[in-house]
Amino acid sequence: MRFIPLTDKDKARMLEVVGAGSVDDLFADIPAEARLSRLLDIPAPMAEPELLDYLEGLSANNATVKPFNMYLGAGAYAHHVPVAVDQLLLRSEIFTAYTPYQPEISQGTLMAIYEFQTYTAALLGMDIANASMYDGPSALAEAVIMSKRITGKSRVVVSNLVHPNWRQVVKTYTRHLGVDIATVDCVEEGLSTAERLGSVVDKNTSAVVVQYPNFLGHVEDLKEIRSVCDSAGALLIVAVAEPVAMGALEGPGKFGADIAVGEGRSFGGSLSFGGPALGLFATKEKYARQMPGRLVGKTVDSEGREGFTLTLATREQHIRREKATSNICSNQALCATAFAMHVSFLGKNGLKTLALKNHSAVRYLADQLSKVKGFKLAYGLPFFNEVAVRVPVTPSVVNKKLAQEGIVGGFDLSQVYPRMEQTMLFCATEVHTKQSIDRLVSALSGFWR
Amino acid sequence: MTSQYRRGLVFNEKDIFSRGSAGRTGVDFADTGIPDADLNEFAPEDFRRNGLEGFPELSEPEVIRHYTRLSQWNYGVDANLYPLGSCTMKHNPRVNEAVARLKGFTGLHPLQPDTAAQGTLKIIHDLGRWLCEVVGLDEATLQPAAGAHGEFTGLLAIRGALTKRGNPRSKVLLPDSAHGTNPASATYCGYQAVTIKSGADGKIDLQELDKLMDENVAALMVTNPNTLGIFESNIVEAAKIVHSRGGFLYADGANLNALIGKARFGDMGVDVCHINLHKTFSTPHGGGGPGAGPVCVVKELEPFLPAPMVVESNGAYRLDYDRPHSVGRVHGFHGNVGVLLRAAAYILTVGASGLKEAAEAAVLNANYIKARLKDYYNVPVPGLSLHECVFNDKKQNEYGVTTLDIAKGLIDRGYHPPTIYFPLIVRGALMIEPTETESLETLDEFCEAMIDIAKTAETDPESLKRAPVNAFVSRLDEAQAARNPDLRCELCR
Repeated sequence: MRFIPLTDKDKARMLEVVGAGSVDDLFADIPAEARLSRLLDIPAPMAEPELLDYLEGLSANNATVKPFNMYLGAGAYAHHVPVAVDQLLLRSEIFTAYTPYQPEISQGTLMAIYEFQTYTAALLGMDIANASMYDGPSALAEAVIMSKRITGKSRVVVSNLVHPNWRQVVKTYTRHLGVDIATVDCVEEGLSTAERLGSVVDKNTSAVVVQYPNFLGHVEDLKEIRSVCDSAGALLIVAVAEPVAMGALEGPGKFGADIAVGEGRSFGGSLSFGGPALGLFATKEKYARQMPGRLVGKTVDSEGREGFTLTLATREQHIRREKATSNICSNQALCATAFAMHVSFLGKNGLKTLALKNHSAVRYLADQLSKVKGFKLAYGLPFFNEVAVRVPVTPSVVNKKLAQEGIVGGFDLSQVYPRMEQTMLFCATEVHTKQSIDRLVSALSGFWR
Repeated sequence: MTSQYRRGLVFNEKDIFSRGSAGRTGVDFADTGIPDADLNEFAPEDFRRNGLEGFPELSEPEVIRHYTRLSQWNYGVDANLYPLGSCTMKHNPRVNEAVARLKGFTGLHPLQPDTAAQGTLKIIHDLGRWLCEVVGLDEATLQPAAGAHGEFTGLLAIRGALTKRGNPRSKVLLPDSAHGTNPASATYCGYQAVTIKSGADGKIDLQELDKLMDENVAALMVTNPNTLGIFESNIVEAAKIVHSRGGFLYADGANLNALIGKARFGDMGVDVCHINLHKTFSTPHGGGGPGAGPVCVVKELEPFLPAPMVVESNGAYRLDYDRPHSVGRVHGFHGNVGVLLRAAAYILTVGASGLKEAAEAAVLNANYIKARLKDYYNVPVPGLSLHECVFNDKKQNEYGVTTLDIAKGLIDRGYHPPTIYFPLIVRGALMIEPTETESLETLDEFCEAMIDIAKTAETDPESLKRAPVNAFVSRLDEAQAARNPDLRCELCR
């Protein structure tokens, strides 16, 4: 086996030093009934060329289409990641390192994460951010739990325009922690209105949760929602599923969000069937010690030089154990580094241009689709890079027809909101061209001429 | 002090926010033929971001140089031995990286129809089957994104099954040697974490277990081999005690590298375990993640695993959402699929014989280190070690040298230190795990470095107190970092 350097001669010498007759003697503590006396029933070893051939074959069984022929968003967005990001990630000092427990020889990881924390906090308009969570949904769940820890209150009011999968993860996480989730139906307006939320918020409410832009792509009025929170002494938690929008929108912190979380995969990540993802978590400075997850801080070495180290670990599971702010240990550090790299390549102007390109693409898509017979925008509201569209037949019929043209259509909203019959969510980003969108529109026009 | 040890070029890299110049950019955008929309229509004025003040403006070479220099300030397993006990830092095969980057895998949207995702669904399904075979259990979910995420998921499944039986119970028992994530996960599931004191031999004390195991205990959580590197040889007896009183036995699979192909949790009476794919299955940890923490369970617990599950019939794969007893979703989509692909590639590369060989070599390597160092460092707990061995600083303390000093001394000698001050039950612990991918020459060189430190502790302890002098920075003031947290760069806001 090519990953093991020990030869028979090496083993013999080592056994002599150890004072054991055979390697099996070292396993003597394992009771006989628990020992495996056969080989595991898994496939025989494959040499590298066989393996590549096999897995290339499997990958070809996925109907992956060119990004510009796919119009699915709904929490996972197709973007172009600069080639240089992956080339840098593959530097082995970056990807073969572990958690930076020994800061003196991990300054690279630590500084990259410190910069990631800076980017995350700045994009979300917050004071501080942590070193990453598993994904946006788990970050949101941790935010909800943190709000209970801060306020001592147990009711959380969640708009149903927060991504359905995110809401499910929040439910799973909080089920046994005495958190009562009140879901508010805001589909009719397409926005989480102060009226709807306000009618459910009470003195027992620890937090109000909205998504920005929301699941339908609309920009929530965080100012109004903030005042609903203030009236009840609740925290405002804002979830950002598409951080690219932050290139054109003020971060939630600007409107007084107490905790902002997000899914960061759009920067530096790939779709990869939804993972690895990247959870963003940011909050106000005063809540630093209530935050879940790892933090990197700046300090000095014994000679007064600047350096970085993991810090505030006393909140964490390896010290506080059952009293920790969270059980998270492994995070998504490599994805966080990729995020920082991608944002660095974009820089101030690239971020803005990227947001504009995304919005322009979906705006064009929306305008063209509106001209197709039977197609109509579902709301008269501004949207970022996704738009809800009424379609003349069931969404599955639309998508089947598009599939025949090699196009992956939009998301069937009736799966989440049963009252939204024949409504689809179409997404377009910087990878879509006029030509690709025209092709989509002409395919649909052809069917319903 | 440090300059005499520095050779060549060590760059003093500034943070990225103090670099660049207005007008530069590191990306270009295709002309898509789409006219620019009016951003004024997109959101009310107060919400529009007019500037991203303080964000850097850098060209491609500047960004590349920044991260290349940062990488030079890092130690990875490709550089040398990374003997972090309980973390299993083995070689990261490059073919895994090539596989995970195949366009057919990376370009797949998580909401594409099952019929369009057969390749990925098959690999997730097959990996689940292989992992169940490895641990001797029946069903698996691959949704959890890390080991602790798996602990949480597995305990939720236990809670689900007990609730269905009529009482979720209130407590989880944990040996005092448990990973800190175990009690934290128990708390997140609404359980009270109750510690069981280990016996003098470092193993579960069956009498103590017998005393604590009652009808309010949902599960006993055991890491086996435990964090002392010792096999819990009472495990079969412990399982009987737990089962006879209606509880479940949970195994933390963090140390699976010691057992793979040699013994199986299911055969020991374990009902549920998680597996850290980034450890035993060789996926890189990238400075702290991503990982993946699949959970395997006995049949009784299967209905409670997170939805959706990948199911197969007649060679066709689909996501099954119809799971009325499921604990719910723990991940936004289907888990860290890219990590799953790497682990599957590893299993396919080494096969059954390679997995067994890995455990044997990992255990032999650890025992070799233990044998070579036992005259120089105190062994706090007797008994046979498996894949990791634990020493402490008792001998060196006589000269005022602590575990931290030993660790920093190792840095000066060219090694990443072992895990220090864990497990908590050993004062001044040093936990060494070489893994199977290290050669005898590397182990010998490492042992020489450790022996040199032991000798230096006697003759020149002060030099160890000053260590490291040969690293990118000298010893960092961690207390100050915690007292005055500085968690981000200043931007021109």
